[in-house]
Amino acid sequence: MKPNAADYISREELEALQLKRLRETLRRVYHLVPFYKTKFDEIGMKPQDVRSLEDLQKLPFTVKQDLRDHYPFGLLAVPMDQVVRIHSSSGTTGKPTVVAYTEHDMRVWTEVMMRTLLMAGVGPGDVVHNAYGYGLFTGGLGFHYGAEALGAAVVPSSVGFTKRQLMLMRDFGATVLCCTPSYALHLAEVAREEGLDPHRDFKLRAGFFGAEPASEGLRQAVAEAWGIKYFEAYGLSEIIGPGVAASCEYGELHIFEDHFLPEIIDPETGEVLPEGEEGELVFTTLTKQALPLIRYRTRDISRLYREPCRCGRTILRMGRVVGRSDDMLIVSGVNVFPSQVEHVLTKVEGLTPNYVIVVDKRGVLDVLEVWVEVDERIFTGDLGTLENLKHKLEEELANHLFLRARVKLVEPKTLERSMGKAKRVIDRRELEEKLGR
Amino acid sequence: MRSKYAIKQLSVFLENRKGRLKDLTETLYQAGVNIRALALAESAEFGILRLVVDNPEKARSVLSAAGFTVKEQEVFAVEVEDRPGGFYQVVKLLSEADINVDYTYAFVGGGEKAVLIFKVPDADLERALETISAGGLKLVEPLFFYGG
Repeated sequence: MKPNAADYISREELEALQLKRLRETLRRVYHLVPFYKTKFDEIGMKPQDVRSLEDLQKLPFTVKQDLRDHYPFGLLAVPMDQVVRIHSSSGTTGKPTVVAYTEHDMRVWTEVMMRTLLMAGVGPGDVVHNAYGYGLFTGGLGFHYGAEALGAAVVPSSVGFTKRQLMLMRDFGATVLCCTPSYALHLAEVAREEGLDPHRDFKLRAGFFGAEPASEGLRQAVAEAWGIKYFEAYGLSEIIGPGVAASCEYGELHIFEDHFLPEIIDPETGEVLPEGEEGELVFTTLTKQALPLIRYRTRDISRLYREPCRCGRTILRMGRVVGRSDDMLIVSGVNVFPSQVEHVLTKVEGLTPNYVIVVDKRGVLDVLEVWVEVDERIFTGDLGTLENLKHKLEEELANHLFLRARVKLVEPKTLERSMGKAKRVIDRRELEEKLGR
Repeated sequence: MRSKYAIKQLSVFLENRKGRLKDLTETLYQAGVNIRALALAESAEFGILRLVVDNPEKARSVLSAAGFTVKEQEVFAVEVEDRPGGFYQVVKLLSEADINVDYTYAFVGGGEKAVLIFKVPDADLERALETISAGGLKLVEPLFFYGG
């Protein structure tokens, strides 16, 4: 059986499988994880009360803070002697988030990563250049295991040393690139600076990009810069790592829902929203043993679509992640997602997005500024062109954000270069609060 | 005529930020590049410094390496008498030929002659050179600037 056979099973078969696995998971967490037993008991629910997939809605959510509160192993449903792998987040905003895997979990992870890479038909003969970080971050090893299991040759280059990466990609004849989209763009820029032609001097045909939000413009810029097909890899370490969802040849992002059951909720009320509506993505793991999570709130804002995809897959699709509910800025009472700003910037011709959003307070008023780098592709040598660009951007931003934003054109390299996750927002209001001003 | 008379001008994007002009001129100084003519165009937040230098290739490469955004464009230079009407003569010819002047500035030097630098739309450059030449005015060859 092909590793991605489950992508195509009938809805009836899939939903029966999901319900069976959900009930098993609920039984396990109730008996093995005190945190869940307490939560279920508080609302008087027993695992056997869940008789349909809809009944899941009655159960409470799990949030990131719950993982932190039970640092490091308080939420594990297996004894430590069954754990074969531990990953952890950087924990910049508190205690790190720890995730663990049994041997079975590793097989599941490898399977979903194979299904991800099969979106581009990756297999023997492919050279997969994996520039996701290796180490505690799940990106590097997740892709590594999936690509290796498919019989591709994996180059575990990890992050950094951009010029050396380019040399390896060229000399080893990489056909598939795996990294963050901003790093893919950075690689292409450096290649050109080094006098290389990303289209002619490399053999890349596809790339799997993820781990940070990317607007349509950034996707196109990456695809065009390298002359490759862009595949998106979506995931989060709490659920498994990369391999929660992946985009098919039509760019539709399919959730491997036989393992991860998705819901979309209103982030304010927690109500499940109807199909197609925008809200926060929530996952329940259906097959994980070490760290099963019930209704885990991802903070990612997206949508779900059930109608069948042109590619023939029956598993449902999620919309592009438009932002994170905790990345959302509230500026003068208006909700602003960095991705909206990026969308506007990339709409303007010739502008590859290197920008920073700066929010500040002037008196009692919030001020939104967007700093955009003027590089040699934008700069015509003409003052009027730059002023027009600035005004056009301000106009477009006002149209899209329903908010006035001031555009500031800045010299290149002023803004932090993105090696890993791009820092796109500077909120000076918080800083001033912290400083007690 | 373009190949003979077009002069390479560098335009550099500058934020209106303390010390940037100093950084730029220091970079050129350290590379031993001599500025022959310059003009600064500015808006409230940023400016564009236009330079004609004795070694445009070198200037461009050191400025790029120092992180400046540089654009190379072609301009032309006309030598006129340093007396009333010198500038007028050139502009009149261009105006009659319906050629728009994007901007213009003067070469800093001594003597009885003045050298004026003109930027016209790229598509009109060849025609502008022919117009000036046919009008009996003296175009200045790039060597005048580069030779330094």
